[in-house]
Amino acid sequence: MEHTSTLEKVLRGTAITLVILFFMFPIFWIFLMSFQTNETILRVPPSIVFDPTLSNYTALITGKLDTAAGTLEISFMKNLWNSLFLSAASVAVGLVLGVPAAYAFARLKFRGSEDIAFTLLSFRFAPPLLVLLPLTIYFQQIGLADTYLGLIWVYQLIVLPLILWIVRGYFEDIPADVEYAYRIAGHSWGATFRKIALPLAGPGIAAAGLLAFIFAWNNFVFALVLASADKQPVTVGALAFVTASGIQYGQVAAGIVLSILPTFALALYAQRYLVEGLSLGAVKG
Amino acid sequence: MSLQLTDIVKSFKEDLVLDGVSLDVATGETLVLFGPSGAGKTVLLRLIAGVIEPDEGSIRINGADMDGVEPEDRGIGMAFQNFALFPHMDARENIASPLIARRESKTGIKRRVEDVARLLKIDHVLHHKPKELSNGQKQRTALGRALAGEPSILLLDDPLRNVDAKLRFEMRLELPRLLKDQQATVIYVTQDYKEAMALGDRIAVMSGHGIAQIGTPEDIYLSPANTEIARLFGDPVINLLEVTPERGEAGVQVKLSGTAVPINPGYTGSIGHSCILGIRPEGIHFADAGTPGAFPVTIEAETPLNEKTVTLAATENKREILISRPSGTSAPDSGQAHIVIDSGAVILFDRATGNRIALPATDAAKGGAA
Repeated sequence: MEHTSTLEKVLRGTAITLVILFFMFPIFWIFLMSFQTNETILRVPPSIVFDPTLSNYTALITGKLDTAAGTLEISFMKNLWNSLFLSAASVAVGLVLGVPAAYAFARLKFRGSEDIAFTLLSFRFAPPLLVLLPLTIYFQQIGLADTYLGLIWVYQLIVLPLILWIVRGYFEDIPADVEYAYRIAGHSWGATFRKIALPLAGPGIAAAGLLAFIFAWNNFVFALVLASADKQPVTVGALAFVTASGIQYGQVAAGIVLSILPTFALALYAQRYLVEGLSLGAVKG
Repeated sequence: MSLQLTDIVKSFKEDLVLDGVSLDVATGETLVLFGPSGAGKTVLLRLIAGVIEPDEGSIRINGADMDGVEPEDRGIGMAFQNFALFPHMDARENIASPLIARRESKTGIKRRVEDVARLLKIDHVLHHKPKELSNGQKQRTALGRALAGEPSILLLDDPLRNVDAKLRFEMRLELPRLLKDQQATVIYVTQDYKEAMALGDRIAVMSGHGIAQIGTPEDIYLSPANTEIARLFGDPVINLLEVTPERGEAGVQVKLSGTAVPINPGYTGSIGHSCILGIRPEGIHFADAGTPGAFPVTIEAETPLNEKTVTLAATENKREILISRPSGTSAPDSGQAHIVIDSGAVILFDRATGNRIALPATDAAKGGAA
């Protein structure tokens, strides 16, 4: 019976509200902070009543940070663009390489397939600092240090295993008979991959791409060591807010709000794919 | 097109599934692969379709060796037990897929899909996705997809397994005509002996990694190769009684409850050794006490099964016997009764191996099967 009592509804509502409050409060607080000056932020006790100011945003967008010690040049918008470009390009490369590989791992049982797949996954276990030093030296020798290409390559350590393992699971969930049926109907192996496997794993590929994008976006260490100022993403660029005259909380908050926006928008847009992806069981028809 | 399988061996890792299977199917023939689950029927179909490769042996279609020939190049249509419809395409696109593969014209595809859909009575649901279709409609769509390309070989993997009883009955009536119209060579897999008997020109009974018997439905029913096959065909199940053939005045006979029952005059097996006597429930009739060959039984239970009524009776030494008679004919209600055995319908099996040792193919037996 699908009947829920009033008490149950109230309890459920309360529980959901609590969870939302718990998770959303920091974001909400940062959102408020981004419209305040450092003085109002550091008031004791804090208050949500204040005169909103857009100065933090104008400082970020114009690239001029006014501090007590004078005007600082910051390249936040450039950093934001770098983040966007690096993450999108890494995910694109990761999908182009990872999706066919995932299909191979899911459908073809070749010698050592499990070992190779696991080795790729193990890249996720290794502490990034462990590989950074040799990577930096090699990259400097072959001229990849401080290039977008080099960064996107290193970002594959993050996105490729993720995409490979998530998408592989979705490919494995497609009944083999559905693919056989398409081939017996007279279609080639390649056509079956494009017309059956790809569309049916589509929600999973979207979900994996989204997750990989978020992971790439949030990366800090690789970019910190391997990129100079003009190639840095926001995660590294935000260090600029720690100035000689103190931490610029208002700008940090505004920077966070701006840097959350792209992933937030992407997540909102891709949410239906994620939900669809989670209910992929419906494929078994 | 004709199809020849020669000495097919297939195993999955350590599991031997098919061990030396050979099969010859003539052009236009409908061959039913019948057997319990796990007997390798589906594996055999997949080998023919080319989605898996045999470890040993060869598959020939119209004489051409299929080794290394991709599934899409074999000219085969296949319907899967679980339908295997493309979930992201509607019924029309599903049925059209073999035609699209051949790059036929748009109008040609449309006409053919609608013809097939009308034949299978699904023309009103062509715009539905598989998940919006009922099981029966899914099954027809899957069948339509297999038929649409007019394949020369049609593989049907238990297509009626997942549909309800009413539809299964309807389809069992429709399918033979449909298959004959296709003029295709058909391999039909089923676990239902009635389906096998209704559809097959020949039936190949699969058990124990291979084909245990192959023959016309009548052959299999009347002359099952062993007790296992005898039990698989027929409902109610065949009576299997332990007897010892001996020489009597009228030829070879066996003793049941002390009464001599003559068996097939063509019997050439051993005398005096214990055998298994197989007798179909419809080969046993109630009789008056004085009838020659009649022996007494105690009636224990009776079940009406639509057109026939099945009686469970016990002989004097407590051996149970099933007796079948057309419903509506009279029989003793309860207690003591006498029965006679139709000696032409008797099948003898070797006790140790279970293999058949005598041919009972007489007119009397054929009357019993019908």
